[in-house]
Amino acid sequence: MQTVFSRTPTLKDCTTHYCPGCGHGLAHRLVAEVIDELDIRSRTLGIAPVGCAVYAYDYIDVDMIEVPHGRAPAVATGMKRMRPNNIIFTYQGDGDLASIGAAEILHAANRGEKITVIFVNNAVYGMTGGQMAPTTLLDQVTATTPRGRSQQNDGFPLRICELLTVLPGTAYIERCSLHDPKHIRQVKKAIRRAFEHQVEDKPGLTLVELLSPCPTYWRKSPKEAMAWIANEMTKVFPLQCFKEPEKS
Amino acid sequence: MSEKVLMCGNEALGEAAILAGVDGYFGYPITPQNEATAYMARRMPEEGRVFVQSESELAAINMVMGAAATGARAMTSSSSPGISLMQEGISYLAGLELPCVIVNIMRGGPGLGSIAPAQGDYFQATRGGGHGDYRCIVLAPASVQELVDLMQLAFDLADQYRITVMVLGDGILGQMMEPVELRKLPRRDLPEKTWAITGARGRPQNILRSLLMTDNQLELHNKHLQEKYAGICKSETRVEQFDVDDADVICVAYGIAARVVKSAVIVARDEGIRAGWIRPITLWPFPTDAIGMAAEHKGREFLVVEMSCGQMLEDVRLAVNGKAPVRFYGRAGGAVPTVEEVLEQIRKIAPVIVD
Repeated sequence: MQTVFSRTPTLKDCTTHYCPGCGHGLAHRLVAEVIDELDIRSRTLGIAPVGCAVYAYDYIDVDMIEVPHGRAPAVATGMKRMRPNNIIFTYQGDGDLASIGAAEILHAANRGEKITVIFVNNAVYGMTGGQMAPTTLLDQVTATTPRGRSQQNDGFPLRICELLTVLPGTAYIERCSLHDPKHIRQVKKAIRRAFEHQVEDKPGLTLVELLSPCPTYWRKSPKEAMAWIANEMTKVFPLQCFKEPEKS
Repeated sequence: MSEKVLMCGNEALGEAAILAGVDGYFGYPITPQNEATAYMARRMPEEGRVFVQSESELAAINMVMGAAATGARAMTSSSSPGISLMQEGISYLAGLELPCVIVNIMRGGPGLGSIAPAQGDYFQATRGGGHGDYRCIVLAPASVQELVDLMQLAFDLADQYRITVMVLGDGILGQMMEPVELRKLPRRDLPEKTWAITGARGRPQNILRSLLMTDNQLELHNKHLQEKYAGICKSETRVEQFDVDDADVICVAYGIAARVVKSAVIVARDEGIRAGWIRPITLWPFPTDAIGMAAEHKGREFLVVEMSCGQMLEDVRLAVNGKAPVRFYGRAGGAVPTVEEVLEQIRKIAPVIVD
């Protein structure tokens, strides 16, 4: 019998701790596939965040470090400056990157650190029990917005790609979504493009934002969660390539 | 190579780090240690090494973490409020067992305090400082020359024990110029950094983590750390003693306060007072045994002098363990005790011996 699909070697053969319908498993697989396709496993260093993906090193088989909440871009800076020939990526959620780590991502981007950021936006804090994230939509109910996110009390959903695109230190910024196979293929292309940019040692930070389902804390079935991304999240977080390096 | 140059402490510590082979310096401006950051900004690129001015002390300590994780020698320097901001990272460094060197050129506190020299961060430095059950090695130089020598020791200790080493000075040590010999000290025989994350080529994946939630792993990790700390206490405690053997009054002080105390003790001896001094060089591990042994001598009194309201005082009392009275003289908030003030305290305690 012909094998038509197999697990990519850099994704470990194990079950994950993620909830049913969570997007992290998909995101991990796509990152691992890109690492294998580019044949960079033995020189890739990963940074796990604080959040649901804290155990990323249990699933992605490259050298990894787990760092304080939000500080991944600063840690990545130290690593990349010491070892410019390694491929460095951070894997961060919305609370990690857009809230507590807002200063670190902004300044790493502004310095043009040659790192790749995988930014998983599921509009909620997962690990701590479904609280409001900086990317939570207006009127979205969470543990800390029981009457829905109010602009008066809680401010607006924070759009990271739009914010970072204006910085000359960023090279490639794209927002994609994990909500259906067509879009998942686009995610794969974007992650590959971001890593390739770094492999080619081109200047600037690369970031791919993934809209990702959290059925557990959206109180939805996995299928409903995918539909909610398509119908609601993409209105606030439009899918597009915000910035791409000029073709040489 | 014995040529002496005149340097301020902040610049000398930078050059000492370069002698020790520091690969990366990451720092954020703060007075009174700014000369260190500026010096490294100039010197590190000259040496083909890395200098980054971070956006905050939070970022600085995390850049140090990243550099250290790859096996590089990494450092930062700051002053009291900046060191407070770094405590999160220092706790993670302890959990991850990553080696690094942090210089704290202390200023007056609490809060924004002042930019004047102080020793108010002793508790923070010697008790760990951040959350969790951990220690940092704390070295307390009292001269620019000792700063140069201890900086080099700091990198060796960090690598040998996979630990944060804090060099604790104060604004005087940082700003003061003294003649100094920039001598390169021999490096210890150090273990290979097989744990570093450098890319899993021809070996299994290396993981650096401090989240240990299952199977009692975290308690076991804590026990491992405590065993490591016990070994450090046994092997790395450093202390200087002066005129202790026959002393009726023993002054205990560290860093710049010890320089003042030394002068006062010399004058006291001239006046016929049997005074001596003990200067802890490592604040953690604390020279408990040396002070405890000194307290065995009947009729002695101790005088602790600090540029704080009495922090090391607690460690001296624990070491003396009730065997002798322990008095305290401190100036705080950026004030520095004078020789005359310390002498006055010594005179209150000790009788003048007329032979």
